[in-house]
Amino acid sequence: MELYEMTAHELRGKFERRELSSAEVTAAVMKRAADIEPLVRAYVTIAHDEADSAAAEADRALAPGKSAPPLAGIPIAVKDNMCTKGMRTTCSSKILANFVPPYDATVVTRLRGQMAVITGKTNLDEFAMGSSTENSGIHKTFNPWDLERVPGGSSGGSAAAVAAGMAIMATGSDTGGSIRQPASFCGVVGLKPTYGLVSRYGLVAFASSLDQIGPITRDVEDAALLLNAMAGHDPLDTTSAKIMPPDYTTFINRSVKGMRIGLPAEYFGDGQEPEVRAAIDKSVRKLEELGAEPVEVELHHSPYAVAAYYLCATAEASSNLARYDGAQYGMRAEADNVIDMCSRTRARGFGAEVKRRIMLGTYALSAGYYDAYYVKALKARTLIKRDFDRAFEKCDVIASPTSPTAAFKVGEKTDNPLEMYLSDIFTIPVNLAGICAISIPCGFTLQNLPIGLQLIAPAFEEGRLFTISHAFEQATEWHKKRPSVMPSS
Amino acid sequence: MPRYEPVIGFEVHVELCTNTKIFCGCSTRFGAPPNTQVCPVCLGMPGVLPVVNRKAVEFAIRTAIALNCGITKYTTFDRKNYYYPDLPKNYQISQNYASLGTSGWVDIDVNGTVKRVRINNVHLEEDAGKLLHPEIPGANYSLVDLNRAGTPLVEIVSEPDLGTADEALAYMNTLKNLLEYIEVSDCKMQEGRLRFEVNISLRESGAAKLGTKVEIKNLNSMKTALKCIGHETRRQTALLERGEKVFQETRLWDEAASVTRAMRSKEVAHDYRYFPDPDLVEIHITDEWQEQVRAHLPELPDAKRQRFIAEYDLPEYDARLLTASKTVATYYERAAAAHNNPKAISNWMMTEVLRELRERDIEPDDFPLKPEGLAAIVEMIDDARISGKIAKDVFAKAAQSGRDPGEIVNAEGLLQVTDTGEIEKWVDEAIAENPDMVAKVKAGQTKTFQALVGQIMKKSRGKANPALVNELLKSRIP
Ligand SMILES: [Zn+2]
Repeated sequence: MELYEMTAHELRGKFERRELSSAEVTAAVMKRAADIEPLVRAYVTIAHDEADSAAAEADRALAPGKSAPPLAGIPIAVKDNMCTKGMRTTCSSKILANFVPPYDATVVTRLRGQMAVITGKTNLDEFAMGSSTENSGIHKTFNPWDLERVPGGSSGGSAAAVAAGMAIMATGSDTGGSIRQPASFCGVVGLKPTYGLVSRYGLVAFASSLDQIGPITRDVEDAALLLNAMAGHDPLDTTSAKIMPPDYTTFINRSVKGMRIGLPAEYFGDGQEPEVRAAIDKSVRKLEELGAEPVEVELHHSPYAVAAYYLCATAEASSNLARYDGAQYGMRAEADNVIDMCSRTRARGFGAEVKRRIMLGTYALSAGYYDAYYVKALKARTLIKRDFDRAFEKCDVIASPTSPTAAFKVGEKTDNPLEMYLSDIFTIPVNLAGICAISIPCGFTLQNLPIGLQLIAPAFEEGRLFTISHAFEQATEWHKKRPSVMPSS
Repeated sequence: MPRYEPVIGFEVHVELCTNTKIFCGCSTRFGAPPNTQVCPVCLGMPGVLPVVNRKAVEFAIRTAIALNCGITKYTTFDRKNYYYPDLPKNYQISQNYASLGTSGWVDIDVNGTVKRVRINNVHLEEDAGKLLHPEIPGANYSLVDLNRAGTPLVEIVSEPDLGTADEALAYMNTLKNLLEYIEVSDCKMQEGRLRFEVNISLRESGAAKLGTKVEIKNLNSMKTALKCIGHETRRQTALLERGEKVFQETRLWDEAASVTRAMRSKEVAHDYRYFPDPDLVEIHITDEWQEQVRAHLPELPDAKRQRFIAEYDLPEYDARLLTASKTVATYYERAAAAHNNPKAISNWMMTEVLRELRERDIEPDDFPLKPEGLAAIVEMIDDARISGKIAKDVFAKAAQSGRDPGEIVNAEGLLQVTDTGEIEKWVDEAIAENPDMVAKVKAGQTKTFQALVGQIMKKSRGKANPALVNELLKSRIP
């Protein structure tokens, strides 16, 4: 196995036994990234120099007799909507193409505190608005399993980088499925933590009440390691929960005997590819073999989730993105007066999807429509949350497909935003309810495209997700498959 | 009686005197070089989040209590969306759906009559920055100073309960005084710490039905607010008398022209699209917290007035005048503590000190004669060391220069003469020099007796003890 294909927990063992140094692994990962970036285009910024010096520093901390933090020396890619001090943070938008933050996001601070090696900043749909990374204002990213297909989105760059060996792990952010759906499309593990478990400070806001940062990794144990580093209260984010998170690695290697798996009828209807449906059914049977008990649950209001989401998320976005006006930072279009400067900057700086959502959100908040749209969406949100509360009285976790399809072709859905929005039909309710969910590899289509299984748990029960998905992973081989992207010579 | 009468309401913005801003740790000090008191949070950079300053919430609770408002148990913040370059996020964090205080009132004293003004709500918000327009001919740019962005503001919204300029003035003065009393703001209007917006509508005198409301922004002093009320009342009256309609609109006060003018359409935000700020969790104002604030609330004007009456044995009139401003009350208390004659000190305050402050348009803190100096003057009178007349001169000198009154009396030899030998000498001289007057006194003309006393006082250059002069003169002219 190549060095860049290893997991963080395997590398950790080798670092401790002095079989490997961070410098060697980092060099291998950075070379791999440089080699196949022209094909995959996972990164907006590759930080070769910073990575080299961080690796050297990590190796000093990994010297005999010292106790280095768990992620010391591990090459990690950061989604380009998380602020990195002194390193350009673009949100894959022209409007922030030259923005260099004077501060680190709390998650980045914590990774640096663990002496992780930041490899660079990964591509996304502009301001995390999209499900294919085709909306990036910088460039598109391609799926390492089939370079004619999308990696999913919005954390497409992070998922592609982890799948293709361009980073060992990566951070993602998930507002309506932006970690889980690309993880599913790229055959890696992606976890959306409970709202409030991970600080949002320094995460460039899309929809503040839904955004959550989480790990994208090659296996479940790595996801637990990365979540350990990220989770916990942050005084800079008053919406972050005042809880002391457990050590998530203690939830792996546990039995799933007697664990009740909820199967919502609403998630197993039409609208999903037969191959996806078959893989999910097979996965549920596998969990049954391991001792889990399937039970039927109901999520009546799920059909309203996508509509409610596109009102709540766009309303917040319309306000969150108001600050990009060319006055203080980022791009500025020159004009004779300040009003024209602002409107020209926004007209030229934002892409079509971002503009579409700002207009939708502005409309939803306007006088006369506020009650009919925004307030009603909040009510739907409450009902969806209640559905989950009731369902979790009958089960411990809920299983579903992560996405109704495997990765689709580049350009296949760009002309039809509504169809693109339905790509997140199974992931969106989780964000609206503020609970947690994971996507893990659970099979492949005949065209050798990965399929993801989504497992959902109540708020702050990430431990359950680690237990069941680790047990599934131990009993299957899906997570061991790697795409074979070869640098063009 | 005029055909139309104005109906006036106020929105008053108060900058709170917390050390730091409402959502970050930056200083709120006034007058620093531009953009030196800023950080990513108050600059509204991508990804940053606000954290509420509890002191600002506490000051708002204090204000709500002082204005007899109900306190909302769970108060929340909302975003008010509009584009302006002095507003870094292009939305202002304010309170719209669950204001901290609601349904209060304040009593104002309008020329001796007490009137109750209802308060609709008291809420917290962040201030914006400032635009600086360079005074260079032909300059085609403006500069932005964001030092003020994020300074905590309390907005006090009244019901339209005021009917005259006098009432409006009394309301503004009462609020300013109250805010100083509870120590939430220094209310310095020249630094923009206290700003007014008024809404005015006209109705037929005596009618109940309200007319169309016009809001006027940009009033930075009480004087301006009064001018604006006068102008706007005349403007609307003229419209109605011509049979035209008053438009519901927001107008700006143009200080140079002393008129209100309609805002250009681009200056008007038609719809603020308020919605709950998802970055801030609701604040639970527990009963304990409220009680704690109440317990530590500085003494309010009414309580202070009652105490002045009880503690210093002052008439109601004196107590009201002395407590009408916190700084005056503090000045009085310091003087009264330095010398035990509260009524005499009160008299000096009400006549001399308040007159000086008014004439010079200054605050007691800036008055050169310190309260202890005033007490020393009264003490010298009480000890018969100087006469009342000399005391006035000493006061005038000390009020100009800030010199110590005792030192003035010594340096200028103004101590009262009580040595009968010396006074006898002046009495005898006066009798010798004015035989006519002596004759008139003997004939029983008391007026002339007083004139003769005046002569003697003049000889002593005012220093002779008047009682002794009287006594000695009487004994000389049987
Ligand atoms: Zn600041």
